[in-house]
Amino acid sequence: MTSLQAVILIALMSVCTFLTRALPFILFPAARKIPPFVVWLGNALPFAIIAMLVVYCLKDVSLKASPHGLPELISIAAVVLLYLWKRSPLLAIAGGTVLHMFLAQAVF
Amino acid sequence: MKNHENPNTQGSGPAGKSLLRQALISAFPRTAPVLTGYIFLGIAFGILLASKGYGVLWALGMSVTVFAGSLQFVGAGLLAGGFHPLQAALITLMVNARHIFYGLSLLESFHGLRKTKFYMIFALTDETFSLLCTPPPAHVDKNLFRLCVAILDHLYWITGSVIGSLMGRALPFNPRGIDFVMTALFTVIFLEQWRTRRGRRPALLGIAAAALCLFVFGSRWFLIPAMALIFTVLAAAWLSGRKRHPAVQKDVA
Repeated sequence: MTSLQAVILIALMSVCTFLTRALPFILFPAARKIPPFVVWLGNALPFAIIAMLVVYCLKDVSLKASPHGLPELISIAAVVLLYLWKRSPLLAIAGGTVLHMFLAQAVF
Repeated sequence: MKNHENPNTQGSGPAGKSLLRQALISAFPRTAPVLTGYIFLGIAFGILLASKGYGVLWALGMSVTVFAGSLQFVGAGLLAGGFHPLQAALITLMVNARHIFYGLSLLESFHGLRKTKFYMIFALTDETFSLLCTPPPAHVDKNLFRLCVAILDHLYWITGSVIGSLMGRALPFNPRGIDFVMTALFTVIFLEQWRTRRGRRPALLGIAAAALCLFVFGSRWFLIPAMALIFTVLAAAWLSGRKRHPAVQKDVA
């Protein structure tokens, strides 16, 4: 990829990110009332989307080929346990990531 | 929440300056968790981007102009692959589609904004959104306070990614496996949402729909059908819920 192509991709990411953030303000100028379904959807969707993103992160993990997703499984278990133990998001994220790097580099 | 502030308080001048200082002083402690998080995640992003062959100027440019944590991790992968602009645009829209619903809950809060509205919408990340959900302190200008939160978060993210990029170059550091930081971040957000109970059914729906579509459509194109499936099931749930309890529409699934 050339530098110009990379700049184009980054510009696209910037513009499209802004679009997702600006869409409600474009669709619902202050005067108009927001339909109740949209309000309800706005409550429910973040939960579903975050769950979907967890799956998205794991999309390229192969269960058939070695190591059969074991580094990911162990590291996610570590994130969950660290979070339940200390209730600290940062500790859970840092601990799980360091463990995953260790597993990916030194064990599997 | 209504905004009755005079939009002119966003201006400069001696009065504006002291208002700004006041807002900054009260905004900083609120952003402390994001300071830690963004520096850490920004460093991870900078290292990841450097590992794909893009140095400090690229990290700086991306963090200034894109400012979307999870997307930038995905974006580092896109930059390492071939030149597929349509795919990059679609993935951005899909990954960030959740931001649409952040904007929906801030329509009223942002109504009084003038000059700063564009930036406030641009800077609406997950973390900034969560800080904006808490009402500003009573004694400060609400809009200036929100602006300070957004700018501080943006600066943390930029600083972290620049530090990470420099570390990735300077240290003999093997970044293999660091991509997991994104998985860990979403897992933690998932757990935090799970604890609130009220969103458990949509959360399970999200996992089930994504896993099913990943199995059926494969890793490259499953995100769009998964979003469509989630939307369809939620719409069906809303319709059936409205039939059964016409008065109760605030509950989530």
